[in-house]
Amino acid sequence: MGNMQKDKMRVCSTTGLPVCLNAELFIKLNAVFGVVALLVGSVAAILLALTRWETVALLNPLGYYQVITLHGLNMLIFWILFMEMAILYFCSTTLLNSRNFSNALSWGQFGLMAIGMVAVEYSVLAGRASVTMTSYVPLEAKQEFYLGLILFAVGALLGVVNFFGGLYIAKRDKTYKGAIPLVVFGALAAAIIAVFTIVHGALVLIPTWLWSIGVLENPPDAAWYRLIWWGLGHCSQQINVCAMVAVWYFLATLTTGAKPLNQTVCRFAFLMYILFINLASAHHLLVDPGVGSAWKMWNTSYALYLAVLASMIHGFTVPASVEAAQRKKGIGGLFGWLTKAPWKDPGFAAFFLSLIIFGFGGGITGVTLGTHQINIIAHNTLRIPGHFHVTVAGGTSLAFMGLAYYVVPLIFRKEYPLRPLARLQPYIFGFGIVLMAIGMTLAGSLGVPRRHPDIDFTGARIAVDMGEAAPFLAMLGIGGTIAALGALIFVVLTVWAVFLGKTNKGRAMTSWQTPEQDRVTKSLMSSGWNPNEKGLKPKGTVVLTFIFLASFAVYYFSNWKALVDVWPVK
Amino acid sequence: MSEEPETPATEMPEESAEDIGPIHPLQKLLDNPWLLLALGFVVPFLSYTVWGWVELLLTKKAELP
Repeated sequence: MGNMQKDKMRVCSTTGLPVCLNAELFIKLNAVFGVVALLVGSVAAILLALTRWETVALLNPLGYYQVITLHGLNMLIFWILFMEMAILYFCSTTLLNSRNFSNALSWGQFGLMAIGMVAVEYSVLAGRASVTMTSYVPLEAKQEFYLGLILFAVGALLGVVNFFGGLYIAKRDKTYKGAIPLVVFGALAAAIIAVFTIVHGALVLIPTWLWSIGVLENPPDAAWYRLIWWGLGHCSQQINVCAMVAVWYFLATLTTGAKPLNQTVCRFAFLMYILFINLASAHHLLVDPGVGSAWKMWNTSYALYLAVLASMIHGFTVPASVEAAQRKKGIGGLFGWLTKAPWKDPGFAAFFLSLIIFGFGGGITGVTLGTHQINIIAHNTLRIPGHFHVTVAGGTSLAFMGLAYYVVPLIFRKEYPLRPLARLQPYIFGFGIVLMAIGMTLAGSLGVPRRHPDIDFTGARIAVDMGEAAPFLAMLGIGGTIAALGALIFVVLTVWAVFLGKTNKGRAMTSWQTPEQDRVTKSLMSSGWNPNEKGLKPKGTVVLTFIFLASFAVYYFSNWKALVDVWPVK
Repeated sequence: MSEEPETPATEMPEESAEDIGPIHPLQKLLDNPWLLLALGFVVPFLSYTVWGWVELLLTKKAELP
């Protein structure tokens, strides 16, 4: 099989794909650490949700900032990046029919990221770094916080180098024909964005660390810090977007037998991500005084819309490919492909909910909030976390959970327990996230700030009454708690499966789908069908697209109206 | 849209370079991870980082009244 030694590989009993045993080890290690981070982040999420719900007001301000730091880093950095490392190993070996590039690099990757994560967790839990994830200077954390993040970033860079090395040896050894598979191309886009991200991490964190240990007398300039830090902070979320889209394509194939309608168009969309999506970092500086309007508008509007176009291409081609596959199975009607989809398969449910939540929730709000003029009525309000919880949590995290429902049986070769609960889990998590995000968005529209434990300023001499936001903050609290419980159910089921689950070694995994669905999907996957043949036109997806565009227009222009109401022109 | 049968997202397209004749420049770019890496770094670095950094350097310090 490719360039793998026979004693260092196995053939997957379910998919027939080759699995490099060295890569398999690192997929497992990274996935386990990712799930541990998700566990920590989910517990923190419940505490935060019950604090922002002011009727409960669980944490005091110091505790709030400590826990929000813990939540942000575990959810946005550790959980996501460990899972992405697992995806890079999978893509550069199994999907390219090739061996792992370097075990030494892989140990370096995993070791540095693990040490970095432990250092940061210690620093935050010990109360030595309650500076939120952004750690804007001159706020100062203890040195192990910055050093831990630097080690984590260097580890991630080694993982990316190993991935590029994997691409090199696979091409050199001709383990595949023609172009690399689309999913690997998506992972390549994520890896390229990761290089940009990590360089900015080094640029901003090394001088800040030197300041924290007294080598530099003064902290970095605050405006410069914000510019460079967001090259790390926002771009790390763009790695997520690429990885998430790659996972969508992967799960669409695995759960419905889908094929992309046109590979070149999909790859072109990833190219747009590679070139332009990192410019979105400028959103965070839209009210900063140091950079001018030309820089802001070029980076957040003109150039970035090419990346938005890419998201819309993926947002069309992924469901369209599912629709074509369903129609190939003989399912008719405008939306029969959706109503008869394998919704009880948590891999499919998580992937499709992720697509809908990311597109309708994250996409529409992201473009609107990123508009220079509109941003002024939304900046630093709860609308911003309302946006990124439907992109990163409802989008990426949910997609990664769906991936895990296949990775654990296929790579760990363990079956999930309590399968009815597993089938329900994506819906619990997705519902909680959407409810919370709507609460955040509505509260933010009333001016409720983000990153604030007590918006009523309890005990202050001048009373601040934000009472009208109370129902929306309750939505936030209830939705956040439901979402965190959904994440905890995922963690418990996954840990149970990995350590106590029944093994499926030597046989195919137990399908999540009905025997008939499973048979038809597998037969489609192994046949050379053409998604562009007559009778498979994705009419239902076209209708969904127009509903999306209409929703986009309504939301976008409502925000212009809201802006006009703030500053009436007479 | 291509009329050619497409492969699953996880599998390689069947055609090799020899099979399909001259390769389109866009396809050449898409098949070159090193060029993509260079472009993916340089384009946002110039547009976001360098331009923003220069603007910050050119910002005059506010004078006290």
